[in-house]
Amino acid sequence: MQDLLRRYGMGLTVVFVGLTIFWLAVLVLLPNFTLFESSFRPYLPIVDVGGPLDTYSMGNYMKVFGNEVDTTLLGIQFQMPVRVKIFLLTIFYSSLVTVITFVLAYPLAYYLAKIVSPRSLPTLFLLLFVPLWVSEVLRSFAWWIILAFKGPLNALLMQTGIIDTEIRWIAGFSPVIIGLVYTYVLFMVFPLYNAMQSLDSNQIEAAEDLGAPWWRTHWRVILPHSKPGIASGAVMVFMLSAGSLLVPSLLGSTTSGWFTQTIQSIMLDSQDWNTGAAFAFMLLFVCTLFVSLMMRVFGVKLSDIAK
Amino acid sequence: MSAGIDLDNVCCDFGTFRAVDRVNVTIEPGEFFSFLGPSGCGKTTILRMISGFTDPSSGVIRICGKDMAGQRPNQRPTALIFQNLALFPLMPIWENIAFGLEVRGVGKAKRRARAEELLALVDLPDAADKMVSQLSGGQKQRVAIARALAVEPSVMLLDEPLSALDLKLRQHMRAELRAIQKRTGVTFIYITHDQGEALAMSDRVGVMSQGKLQQVANPRDIYNNPVNGFVAAFVGENNILTGIVKNTNNGISSFDTPIGTLHARLGNISGSGPVKLYVRPEHMTLSATAMPENSVPVTIGDVSFEGSFISVQGHTANGTALTAELRNDGSATVPATGSQMHISFDAARASILPDSDTARG
Repeated sequence: MQDLLRRYGMGLTVVFVGLTIFWLAVLVLLPNFTLFESSFRPYLPIVDVGGPLDTYSMGNYMKVFGNEVDTTLLGIQFQMPVRVKIFLLTIFYSSLVTVITFVLAYPLAYYLAKIVSPRSLPTLFLLLFVPLWVSEVLRSFAWWIILAFKGPLNALLMQTGIIDTEIRWIAGFSPVIIGLVYTYVLFMVFPLYNAMQSLDSNQIEAAEDLGAPWWRTHWRVILPHSKPGIASGAVMVFMLSAGSLLVPSLLGSTTSGWFTQTIQSIMLDSQDWNTGAAFAFMLLFVCTLFVSLMMRVFGVKLSDIAK
Repeated sequence: MSAGIDLDNVCCDFGTFRAVDRVNVTIEPGEFFSFLGPSGCGKTTILRMISGFTDPSSGVIRICGKDMAGQRPNQRPTALIFQNLALFPLMPIWENIAFGLEVRGVGKAKRRARAEELLALVDLPDAADKMVSQLSGGQKQRVAIARALAVEPSVMLLDEPLSALDLKLRQHMRAELRAIQKRTGVTFIYITHDQGEALAMSDRVGVMSQGKLQQVANPRDIYNNPVNGFVAAFVGENNILTGIVKNTNNGISSFDTPIGTLHARLGNISGSGPVKLYVRPEHMTLSATAMPENSVPVTIGDVSFEGSFISVQGHTANGTALTAELRNDGSATVPATGSQMHISFDAARASILPDSDTARG
């Protein structure tokens, strides 16, 4: 603060500090706090707002329970509240998306960081970025067309004789997974690339020189070194997937509920912002908890991710 | 256990640049062999070709008589010690050392025991559970050696491993490396641009310049009987005089130079290139009166005190600078700057050599 004052004088310092406070207080804290506060209040007609009925309770949060449906897991049939089921499926499929993006991104990041010649790197990065110039809506729509029943993918597979009858791709969670992986794979590639790029190539050569086959070099040297990159990529992909609304809405089917869609329908269709806020905070809280748990399991520290 | 290595007409091209040019050398089993040369002379490329990271463009590399073409680094009986050591920072020291054994499927208890053994060998007990970042430069060096020894290589390849250490530690590690080599009997191939290292440690030294092997000999011969101007000038200091060879008698030629006719041993000057006379500063003598042979009057210029010796520069009448080194043992009086002296040398200690053969073709 003293340093800032000395270097830039009073006027600019006030601007810097003011902008930072504005950013934090008005753009981050205020809206979240408003939503958080309203999540504990009941959804009331406008005349009752502020009246005796407007009291704080956990009521909105409890609405996630109820409406039991039949569920089968590992051959065991049991009853489960429908929203809890959607919630758990969202977490599960977001994890699956994270794993798939990692499997796809790892070889690509390794190729970019260690194999490709530095001269062609800018071109390759450009090629990777080009899809990002098109909006997420259009890219999801493109997949909706590709995966359509009479769409190009089925046509191609039929033409080449790989399948005899069209496959209904847009059913269940598979199109949502495809769409999410496609949309967020770069969020995995770049942190991984950064981590691998900082690995001294001599270490890879040293491992090989000591007799290690390629897979062991990856397992013992490259993968451990990339852990911070994997962690930050995984957190980003998981959080973005669990919070994605667009892809599940466009590519989803009747059998693929995503929890964000539940929140959306409560907020927009039922106009119940209080319950919607409660569900949104529940999603945020549980996802954060899940991520911290995973970080603990894989031995990743928060400071690793911040790198 | 230890293996000999043959390099048979080995070349390596990077695009149009020839990094290694027709290198032929046979390295004996159990030998400590150094490749000495300035940076960019191709010595590291030779090392990478022996270890398998770079393929020769032509020529054959044999280890233990077996052609290594197509063998990956992990299939060769070599272990490379990298210039920056390339220890694995995320593994404790003992896992670093036992990595080669882990790869070969040795059980954990056995690996640990072997790592402890090797740590004792490199004089670094109690370091097994430390991390790489907790060790000093010299200790990391020892770990790297232990890690390479763990796979029981027939050949150890060392790529300037001492260059990151400070002078005292470097001198200590020289002796240490030599001792480890003698104890294990493994063939060591050592790459360095530091002539002191090469001369002090090696059984034989190969001096390289511009991809070509200029001379292969034991350290004494490299220093005392260089075959060409490059070797003479690169290894140690020299006074270099240009001139023309006149008549030769008993191997001693008279050599016409701008500062008079001098006598020196005639080297192998079968080529057509220019020749020069080389004489080392420590073989120069300073005297108040002219000596009968190879004596040049000089005006004393800079006198610099170097510790174990005193370097005295003299200028001849036509401005040629000659340097003499006096041992700092109290036997010689140090001349004053500006005084008139005679500088002379024994013809047997000076040699007439061709410039190095660096022509491409």
